[in-house]
Amino acid sequence: MAHPSSYQPGSRFESWLDARLPVVRVMYDQFMVFPTPRNLNYWWTFGGILTFMLGVQIATGIVLAMHYVPTSDGAFNSVEHIMRDVNWGWLLRYTHAVGASMFFLAAYIHTFRGLYYGSYKAPREVLWILGVLILMLMIATAFMGYSLVWGQMSFWAVTVITNLFSSLDAVIPGLGTKLVEWIWGGFAVGGPTLNRLYSLHYLFPFLIAGVVVLHIWALHIPGNNNPTGIDVKTTRDVVPFHPYYTIKDGFALVAFIVLFAAMVFYAPNLLGHPDNYIPANPLQTPPHIVPEWYFLPFYAILRAIPNKLLGVIALMSSITILFFVPWLDTSKVRSTRYRPIYKWFFWAFVVTCIVLGYLGAQPPEGWYLVFGRIFTVYYFAFFLLVMPAVGLIERPRALPGSITESVLGPEAAGQTVASRSVPNPPAPARKREEVL
Amino acid sequence: MASHETPFNPSLMNDEEPTRRDVILIAAGGFAAVGAAAVLWPLLDQMNPDASALSLATTEVDISHVEAGQAITVMWRGKPIFIRHRTDQEIAKAKDTPLDDLPDRLARNANLPDDAPAADANRAAKDREPWLVMIGICTHLGCIPKGQAVGDYKGEFGGWFCPCHGSQYDTAGRIRKGPAPQNLAIPPYNFASDTKIKIG
Repeated sequence: MAHPSSYQPGSRFESWLDARLPVVRVMYDQFMVFPTPRNLNYWWTFGGILTFMLGVQIATGIVLAMHYVPTSDGAFNSVEHIMRDVNWGWLLRYTHAVGASMFFLAAYIHTFRGLYYGSYKAPREVLWILGVLILMLMIATAFMGYSLVWGQMSFWAVTVITNLFSSLDAVIPGLGTKLVEWIWGGFAVGGPTLNRLYSLHYLFPFLIAGVVVLHIWALHIPGNNNPTGIDVKTTRDVVPFHPYYTIKDGFALVAFIVLFAAMVFYAPNLLGHPDNYIPANPLQTPPHIVPEWYFLPFYAILRAIPNKLLGVIALMSSITILFFVPWLDTSKVRSTRYRPIYKWFFWAFVVTCIVLGYLGAQPPEGWYLVFGRIFTVYYFAFFLLVMPAVGLIERPRALPGSITESVLGPEAAGQTVASRSVPNPPAPARKREEVL
Repeated sequence: MASHETPFNPSLMNDEEPTRRDVILIAAGGFAAVGAAAVLWPLLDQMNPDASALSLATTEVDISHVEAGQAITVMWRGKPIFIRHRTDQEIAKAKDTPLDDLPDRLARNANLPDDAPAADANRAAKDREPWLVMIGICTHLGCIPKGQAVGDYKGEFGGWFCPCHGSQYDTAGRIRKGPAPQNLAIPPYNFASDTKIKIG
């Protein structure tokens, strides 16, 4: 794609295939020799981890679907049947349920990394937008998956979230109600609702996989951003993806799997809500409805606004605003590492998201509501005020001359190829200069 | 696919408008669009409430055992219906509330015109003031408000309190505080006899 192909077919069969479908060539160019900045830190390993998590969720989900019954009478019991009767069912279900949490953990770290290092800035806007799209698809998929358990929290989460659409009644009377009944397939959440959520929950991961392919494609056109945020200038700034980053990503993945396995085996219900082990009851709302942890900040924003329609608009905006980040940030410098003022606002934003997560789990009253409103204001101010304004008034710190200089210091970076102390980038990567 | 070497054919690029080709193109495109829309409709409409959901239209409820101060919840179309036998104080409280204090001034009563004001007379059962029949679904995000059972917290206005997002309803089921935009809806119903309500 962005660099010339250096693939040499190794056998007559490979030559034959290469002339017909150059799939081996693409894999070799994009995932073996792909020139990757030499200074990527461990925050860059979450892309690989996320790809792995998508695979885990699809694999465990497909086998769970072989035992699950998507009816209002059968759903809850079939989940318990999986837990108690199906061979390894407990492992499959806990892996899938904890997997959703781990997937979001990785996705949020990946997103914050992109925000911190300015990975959304030109020429990576489309890459970023596709990422936000994946995040939205993940949110929809996780929400639908949670509903399938058909416990009290599942049922009332579906009720509350589908009712968000009824706020359109404030725009065109009747439209919201009509839309919600269309989503429900009835006059309340029930069997038809569950059945369609199941159908779509099975579909969406494959949509995500499709957008992930586009996301990686869009990444491989400009190549990776890096912690300095400066462009790759010479072949000395890059190393081939394999073995350097296959090993680094692999090590991070193993560390991540240790945490994942610890959760699955020792605390599978830590992040769940005990009320979801009560079968769904349409006549009784649990005293305190809370979503899964990964939705809590958004839930806090919804509840911070006392008007139904405006609350829903704020909730939707809190995610869709990410689409506009490439154009809201006016800074000419990508990496927050070199932005002395913005840095403080960035970490305040991270704290805001965590505090909103805490507030989303609390009852919507008293000081919780007051703080919910204060932090909701900052959440939006970060995007709408801080990003445009700080970029204009801030004087960034001096950028290193090159990626290599940022790693080895100016003297080493000035040395000749022969005296370098680090491995030479292999031949394919050297072509980079000509391309750039 | 045409290659770069395809000779330029002036007869395909007629400058005079409209040509027969334009008409064919627009007509074909138009028919294709109508056809696509016609095929799309069954795919979308299949999600609407089906015949079996629509057939559960009416429910009869015996209310002879409900004493003043008590309330019962029954199901109608998969929704909980609150039937409350109000005490004299509760009725007085609802009647004394000026309409100006209400966030939603419409009765939301399916048995009355859409623009009927939210006075207690338009909320309570016709000629049977103690009885209040409502769909027990918070108009904010669809939770079931507390207040039906004797020990429930009924909110500052003595009616119902939604635990999800803190909406509070008064003794006529009218929204008074919190994020809910509307009064609790009143379903179509009538008294089949002194002790029987037919909902739907």
